Amino acid sequence: MNTRELTCIVCPRGCQLTAVLNDDGSVTVKGNTCKRGEEYAKAELTHPVRTLTTTVRTADGSVLPVRTAQPIPKELVFKAMKAVNALVLDRPVTFGDVVIADILGTGVDLIAAGIWNNVK
Amino acid sequence: MITKELVIIGGGPAGMSAAVAAFDAGVRDLLIIERDVKLGGILRQCIHNGFGLHRFGEELSGPEYAYRYEKMVAEREIPVKLNTMVLDITSDKVITATNSTDGVFQIKAKAVILAMGCRERPRGALAISGTRPAGILTAGTAQKLVNMKGCMPGKNVVILGSGDIGLIMARRMTLEGAKVHAVCELMPYSGGLARNIEQCLHDFDIPLYLSTTVVGIEGKEHLEAVTVAQVDDKRRPIPGTFRRIECDTLLLSVGLIPENELTKQAGLTLSPVTNGAPVDQDRMTDIEGIYSCGNVLHVHDLVDYVPEEAAIAGKSAAAYIKGDYSPAEAIPVKTDGKVRYTVPQKLTTRDEARLFFRVANIFRNVRIFVKDGENEIFSLKKIKVAPGEMESITLKKEVMEKLSGGELYIGMEVGE
Repeated sequence: MNTRELTCIVCPRGCQLTAVLNDDGSVTVKGNTCKRGEEYAKAELTHPVRTLTTTVRTADGSVLPVRTAQPIPKELVFKAMKAVNALVLDRPVTFGDVVIADILGTGVDLIAAGIWNNVK
Repeated sequence: MITKELVIIGGGPAGMSAAVAAFDAGVRDLLIIERDVKLGGILRQCIHNGFGLHRFGEELSGPEYAYRYEKMVAEREIPVKLNTMVLDITSDKVITATNSTDGVFQIKAKAVILAMGCRERPRGALAISGTRPAGILTAGTAQKLVNMKGCMPGKNVVILGSGDIGLIMARRMTLEGAKVHAVCELMPYSGGLARNIEQCLHDFDIPLYLSTTVVGIEGKEHLEAVTVAQVDDKRRPIPGTFRRIECDTLLLSVGLIPENELTKQAGLTLSPVTNGAPVDQDRMTDIEGIYSCGNVLHVHDLVDYVPEEAAIAGKSAAAYIKGDYSPAEAIPVKTDGKVRYTVPQKLTTRDEARLFFRVANIFRNVRIFVKDGENEIFSLKKIKVAPGEMESITLKKEVMEKLSGGELYIGMEVGE
């Protein structure tokens, strides 16, 4: 059995969670006030994930906010940063458009969180 | 002179929401004045996620959240003047503003909503000794440089203050390849949200030093090092705890101040606790027809409360413009110090009233109570309250209708 005290990051409430990884691989969560909290704690004990928010360079030299549409495995965050920083966006995008599809094979898209259309 | 029924000063989440609410309540002759190049306010540079869970039921980034309101403004064709700076407001609601196309112009408004937001406390407010090199900036300035200009201010960072912007920037600078050596917090607790300590510091093994401050700054042209020290319970540096940290960047996240220069010019007196104008439940200030909402009224920790509060101001301003305004005798709301302040600070209604408040310290197992004279009319137990997290209570209509008319007192008992 493996017990961990966690601070939930799902919403600003920041619930204090106690999560127990049972011998059969199941997770018991206490202290959460919503379903998302339980899911968060389970993921933390089995395979932690994070939403990445950053910016991507554009062809006119500005930067555009982007984020992963869903959380990605936590250990891939810096690798994903490298992939985003290697890119120069040269096609117009608006909110929600895919900037990098299936980033690092995670099945999660990196999407635009802004508008860029200053194509020369 | 141009006349307008309603002028909203500031096009951030508060100003946009107030405008939308006023429009939906029937106001058509209105104008938003915004000094920046676009609507959105500070949300435009807050590219991190976590906004909107309460309001929209999804986790959005700041620009996405702002865009939702920008669209609502555009759908209603609410007029907006961008790149326009308001220079003055008088108590009889004459606004003087300027921009590069209209020059200096004046608008006489029936009602005004103040939604100018807040700004960060700068180095000058801290009295840190040492030289004055480049490389010392507020966390919000760094946020703008990194997220909107694509420029990194430095590579080796120390952060003073553990407010949310400081924590968010600790993560952001780390993601972009900088090393954040320390986050120092003067107080024995962090002013930031627990989730941000978790996901911005713990995730990246960034140390948070509580009861610690920066006591020295070195560097001639550019910052070379800072000296940090632990402080005692009177916040004085403790000899023998001084430590030098080499760095090229010092970010300050040491508090926000509502931007109330215009409010003062209108002749309003600010609360020394909130640094905003005191208001009633409609968010009307002491001047009839002038409203205040969002971070200019009091600093909010969650953006979701801002449009909610601003919508109250917008709706109330619409009623006032229509002549539908008949306040009851004002009931002042006082606090005991453990509860630092409430918004609103007075009630001119006997309808249901929601009081937002902040506490002075971290307290556990508390009972919050409201007294009408000697008579306790409300009580609520909480496991934990913290200065960084705004709380609220709601006084139901049946409670409000029975009020004596004397002042209300909101206090807190702290258990074991």
